Amino acid sequence: MNRELIKELPEIFEEFNDQRKKSFVTAMEMKQKGVPFVGVFCTYLPQEIPMAMGAAVVGLCSTSGETIPEAEKDLPRNLCPLVKSSYGFAKTDKCPYFYFSDLIVGETTCDGKKKMYEMLGEFKPVYVMELPNSQGPDAFELWKKEVIKFKEKLESHFGVTITDEKVREAVHLNNEVRSALKEFYEVMKLNPAPIMGGDMYKVLYGSTFRFEKERIPGDVRALTKKVLAEYDDGTENCPKKKFAGRPRIMITGCPIGGASEKVIKVLEDNGAQVVVYENCSGAKSVDELVDESNPDVYDALARRYLNIGCSCMTPDENRFKLMDRLIDEYQVDAVVEVILQACHTYNVESFFVKRFVTENKGIPYLGLETDYSTSDVGQLSTRISAFLEML
Amino acid sequence: MARLCLGIDCGSTTTKGALYDGEKVVKTTLLPTAARPRERMQQIYDAMYSDQVGFVVTTGYGRDLLEQSDRRITEITCHAKGAATLCPGICGVVDIGGQDSKAILLDRDGSVADFIMNDKCAAGTGRFVEMMSRILDCPLDNIDQFVEGCTPVDITSMCTVFAESEIISLLAQGARRGDIALGVIRSICQRTALFAQKLRPQGDLFFSGGLARFEIFRRTLEDFIDLPVRTHPQSQLAGAIGASIIGHRKIK
Repeated sequence: MNRELIKELPEIFEEFNDQRKKSFVTAMEMKQKGVPFVGVFCTYLPQEIPMAMGAAVVGLCSTSGETIPEAEKDLPRNLCPLVKSSYGFAKTDKCPYFYFSDLIVGETTCDGKKKMYEMLGEFKPVYVMELPNSQGPDAFELWKKEVIKFKEKLESHFGVTITDEKVREAVHLNNEVRSALKEFYEVMKLNPAPIMGGDMYKVLYGSTFRFEKERIPGDVRALTKKVLAEYDDGTENCPKKKFAGRPRIMITGCPIGGASEKVIKVLEDNGAQVVVYENCSGAKSVDELVDESNPDVYDALARRYLNIGCSCMTPDENRFKLMDRLIDEYQVDAVVEVILQACHTYNVESFFVKRFVTENKGIPYLGLETDYSTSDVGQLSTRISAFLEML
Repeated sequence: MARLCLGIDCGSTTTKGALYDGEKVVKTTLLPTAARPRERMQQIYDAMYSDQVGFVVTTGYGRDLLEQSDRRITEITCHAKGAATLCPGICGVVDIGGQDSKAILLDRDGSVADFIMNDKCAAGTGRFVEMMSRILDCPLDNIDQFVEGCTPVDITSMCTVFAESEIISLLAQGARRGDIALGVIRSICQRTALFAQKLRPQGDLFFSGGLARFEIFRRTLEDFIDLPVRTHPQSQLAGAIGASIIGHRKIK
């Protein structure tokens, strides 16, 4: 490896609280061991390739309003909070993953992100993959080339060689992680579901920030076992009794996490239970495995990743196929869609989602537009309570 | 023996109370909220509560503030119930409140089938009208007479704050106050109609909230929405009435 990795702490480190200091120190220790960091945004990024060169793949989609004022010095106010927040963290050195990323990889997903990457490229090492906006055969050919180009970019940027064999090993490991996470969230198919959706989300979202990926399958499977063992112990307070009668909710829409987890909290505080997440960090990014029997590993990766349903695709049939299946498998009583302010693609697509959920599936739908502030918690609470009163 | 249910609807502008005996509404009260939701709810509770009252339901944005409340239900559910009772046969409700507006679609039983709320912006709410009444020096109670025979001026601003500047410039250009007022009313009604049409209502609509008292709003809304818009002398009390009816079933 001939590229000099970032190994020192940022200048503003002393201003951070303990939790953040801890994250910075953990990241720094990884860096000092010589582990490169590749910072990524979307579920479309084939993580197996940076994994194959021994890099830590860190998520950069930011979920807190903290750095939005700083971002708004450069970006328009009327822009998605995820885009603004991410840019703000990059600019302020307040996120360890941004700070220590030796390469930041974006994809041409939504317009807000695409343009933000151009600005980010002025002060961070940014590489953008050209993700097609459709999922047909031509799009697949383009994406497969992009996946191979990305491998070559990593090789030249870091001065390493990424062998097919290493990529296959990473594919196998990541499939194990996905299988374990899937087994975990599938416990929610039980009716009543055994844990609250907020707790399930912490596990799914938290797993994306684990450095030692090879430990995830074991840890998550142990947790699944524990959840199932505690489900029904015959007492009045066991989950099977305690959670009976709660309306079962599927969450879809924009990525949530951090500040926008308020939606999960308000739903569950008002008596519902989120049993499945279709959006990023949920089923969408975990559901499908990479085909390990495909002799061309890049072909297998490109197929698997391009199949992900997202409103940046036109048409976005795969999102509807997945929702269709999840609503049935998880016996969903109602669907809540979270739309981040100024996210045009999800906002427009919500027209089809509502129609699909209410007409094809015959269950109620609620669309919520929100951002990373807490100013709308009262209003969200009224909407969500009214929605639950309707069920 | 307790036989009445008390419903209290604490909105941003007015707080309303209703007593229901199982067959009809026997008493109602309305007070300005005046930035004191807790005090106002207590005042209505103290004035209307008696040993005849067996259940208390609170609704509206202040619904969590009354200690004696037996059940808190959102204004969406209560409004729907109140509207369906005041005006049987309606398919939906359009409510223009002090700080938000909402549209509710009812199913055949008068329960909520779907709803949307506009609470991100004062445009198209009672606030917009209050602003207009202040700037144009036209007391709200006389609004119907104030705009009679007037020709509406186009108000193009989508935002209450910008609309205020727009009205001030129109006045400076010599536009008639009544023409401007009618322009504002049309702007609010047009926006509300577009909003309500998202739910695709297909029958009579019930118009509630403080503005429903004025014929000009009802008529203008009807023009834009292209469906019969009905109201009721007690429409402003729909939330409180709905709350008292929903709660009455809970009296043991």
